[in-house]
Amino acid sequence: MSDEKNRLPDQSPIIEEPILEDIEEAEEGKMILDEERQEDIPADFQDEEMALDDARRIKSLSPGMLVFKRFIRNKLAVIGFAILVFMFTFAFLGPLFMPYEQDQYFTHVGYQSKDYAGAIYNTELRYTVADGEEFGSYERAQFLLALGKDNEIFSLGEDTHYIQTIADGTYRIIDLDKVAGELMRMGLTPEAGVTLPEGFEEAYFAAKDAGEESFEHDGVLYRISSEKKEIIISTEENIALASLNVFDPYNEEDLDVVDSFKFKLAGEEAIAAEMNEFTVENQSYEVQYDEGQITIFDAEGQPFAGVSEIIVNPLDKNEYLSFEFKSAIRQAIRDLKDRVVIPDADGTEVEYRIARVNANYYIRRQTPTALISIYELPSAEHPLGLDNNGMDNLTRLMYGGRISLMVGFVVVILEMIIGVIIGGVSGYFGGAVDTGLMRFVDLFNSIPFYPVVIIFGSVMDTLDVEPITRIFLLMAILGVLGWTGIARVVRGQILSLREQDFMVAAEATGIRTSRRIFRHLVPNVMPLLIVSATGSLGGIIITEATLGFLGLGVRFPLASWGSIINVASDPYVMTNFWFMWLPAGLLILLTVLGFNFVGDGLRDAFDPRMKR
Amino acid sequence: MKNFIIRRLFLAIFIAFFGAMIIYTTVRSLPASYVDQIARQRASNPLSTKSYQEWLEELNSVYHLDVGIIPGYFGWLSNAVRGDFGESWHYGIPVTEKFNQVVWYSFIINIITFGVQLVISIPLGILAARKQYSRTDYAITVFALAGISLPTFFLATILKYVFSIRLGWFDLYGLTGRFHTSMTDFQQILDIGYHMILPVITLMMLSIGGLMRYTRTNMLEVLNSDYIRTARAKGLSEKVVINKHAFRNTLIPLVSYMSYLIPSMFGGAQITETLYQIPGIGYISYTAMIRGDIPFAMFYTTFLIVLTQVSLIIADIMYAIVDPRVRVN
Repeated sequence: MSDEKNRLPDQSPIIEEPILEDIEEAEEGKMILDEERQEDIPADFQDEEMALDDARRIKSLSPGMLVFKRFIRNKLAVIGFAILVFMFTFAFLGPLFMPYEQDQYFTHVGYQSKDYAGAIYNTELRYTVADGEEFGSYERAQFLLALGKDNEIFSLGEDTHYIQTIADGTYRIIDLDKVAGELMRMGLTPEAGVTLPEGFEEAYFAAKDAGEESFEHDGVLYRISSEKKEIIISTEENIALASLNVFDPYNEEDLDVVDSFKFKLAGEEAIAAEMNEFTVENQSYEVQYDEGQITIFDAEGQPFAGVSEIIVNPLDKNEYLSFEFKSAIRQAIRDLKDRVVIPDADGTEVEYRIARVNANYYIRRQTPTALISIYELPSAEHPLGLDNNGMDNLTRLMYGGRISLMVGFVVVILEMIIGVIIGGVSGYFGGAVDTGLMRFVDLFNSIPFYPVVIIFGSVMDTLDVEPITRIFLLMAILGVLGWTGIARVVRGQILSLREQDFMVAAEATGIRTSRRIFRHLVPNVMPLLIVSATGSLGGIIITEATLGFLGLGVRFPLASWGSIINVASDPYVMTNFWFMWLPAGLLILLTVLGFNFVGDGLRDAFDPRMKR
Repeated sequence: MKNFIIRRLFLAIFIAFFGAMIIYTTVRSLPASYVDQIARQRASNPLSTKSYQEWLEELNSVYHLDVGIIPGYFGWLSNAVRGDFGESWHYGIPVTEKFNQVVWYSFIINIITFGVQLVISIPLGILAARKQYSRTDYAITVFALAGISLPTFFLATILKYVFSIRLGWFDLYGLTGRFHTSMTDFQQILDIGYHMILPVITLMMLSIGGLMRYTRTNMLEVLNSDYIRTARAKGLSEKVVINKHAFRNTLIPLVSYMSYLIPSMFGGAQITETLYQIPGIGYISYTAMIRGDIPFAMFYTTFLIVLTQVSLIIADIMYAIVDPRVRVN
């Protein structure tokens, strides 16, 4: 293999001991060059070159100091270094000054519209059944049939039921129990087994002559009805009440009274007659009429119940709707309003919205709820806004920076360990070992990087690896796939270094091979190693960020810069919330740029001859 | 030279063999749920005469999933060398057919990028080297480093934000417009070309920096060498020195650098294509891989390995052609 990566280092051995001589030569070379091309070089460069070329100063500077001097003379490198210092401060010290945690989310009080109740103009009869009676769906059907045909009487088996119209839409269903009949005006014939009380006949005839439909005798009410040619006298028994009106008790505990048959009957009759008071079971009630809304007051003048044609029901059956609520809703519906504010039990004002769908009205309660503030715009408290989880973006960027930088360093160190061992062994021993190890390097080098990482990422996805473990696995994979470059650099260096005199001397002292490699050879490779490590750090950060962006890297609740930008893959976020992705992208760009500047500067500083 | 090429070929075969084996081992560690799913699907087909279990067994044996990793690999390999890479699980057609459908999109994008990249970065690299440490040099270096430092996805996001969303010039995704099917052939080609603009710019911005710096480095190396000093000392014009003496020698490493670009040309730019959802080989294989499509993943990665080896051999041969000194050795 004679590719470029192998070749370049060979031409530029950096040796610790003879470094001073090298530098001197280099500076001389530079001077000649400078003189040749003075017109190309700005004045300030010339001055610096001349100053450093001063023989006295060169003697007084240590090799490390020389490197440092040359490094800080490189403007780009210094800028890069400043960027890196900033980034590390930002990521590692920044969180100490932030009042927020990385997984702390922020909420705001929002109004959530929740279906609370329904209302409808009552068009169906509602039945109230008298105590001890039955009026099921069959009976109701028969009743409605009779009502449809305008019949006053309908029969259910043996029984005959009579429909008494109290008012329009209010009916009383009565069971007629025949006590006597009069056929063709031929006198009363009592029903079998019935003894007519005394004075009954007189009372009947008096009523009949007066044309009344009912009469009372001995405290019992009798009804006169005719069927074909027969006049039937029967006692009546209340079965049920069918009405379009809805009775609502004012207080929840009065529900039983209000719902009772007797109360409703009396109430309906009073309302039908537009009477102002009625009495049920020795309790007197007062009725007040107020445009569509009828209110019943009890003896003490307290509101007792309301009567309306609008039904208001809670959606949650366990909820009890207060009378005020219902009447406010009814009022709003009658006034065609679409919102109404009603104080609830504690006196807090709650806003309700009324939406009409066909005949139904839906009452939505605007409930205040703690909502997670997502994509909140930057503000004083959150300089970069809140992210898709309602977390402070700036804080996330700091913690994300920790992970991004840490991944970069751990991976580089891993690459260096593997690279130095394999490259060192390969370069030192040469021959078959070298060939074998280099084929191994070629093999690893041939593995396509992204496909393998993507496959690993999806494997980790399906296995549901913990976020922390995931980071470690990610580091391991990146390290294992990336060490070949460093191994080649080290091998190339060592191949040339091992022929140097100091290695012959080391061999002559008879120290162990491992010591010769790792104590004498590898330290000489260090400068170049640092240069290539700095250069590859940027690449690793980009790789990690790319994986994060594709959703294959670091996972929530942990963050890395790449995974923070991940939200920008949603065009909606990309369009509307620049603060979600731009800062993270700039941080990555600056950091990588910083590493590349510093890497370049270091290379120039370590090896001035190869200045590029 | 002949011996060298033969040795190089053997090495390439060796690497391809073991490289594919490593990939196969990785791929086999993918959960087998996808096979399960396909078996279930086929079993629920009313025309199917086999039960789910039978389908599962059949699929497993077709893809050598019922044996260990090593025998499975050899099973796969014996089919692969005969050109049978199986049927893609995700796309439902033979892998090679799908590959043939999509690879040309990637190829076109990469060829265009490559051309533009050469035209821009080589002259700039030479310029930077000639005026080392000048403002121009710093500007070009910073620009090149910025290009290298830009993550693909960030650049793509910015380009999309500016050109697709703010200016509305391009579509966010895809290779074809909404009315593609109702266009004439010529319009269709224009439409595809139009949709390739952003991906090409993205790829170009990212790759320009590398080539530019590489050109600059090599040019500097050449400019600092003795024969250039000799050429200048002879009194040759600067133009002749640069174009004839220096640039020709810079070409040697450049040629080898370019042959490394061959794999990416056919292998597609996986990340860029995914970001723009260009149905080239990169995006198609990305989708297949995250869905656990073993035949496709195996084919694609093996293809890349082989391609890399071929490009390395080509690089070596080119080296020998361009540089007579190599031929002697």
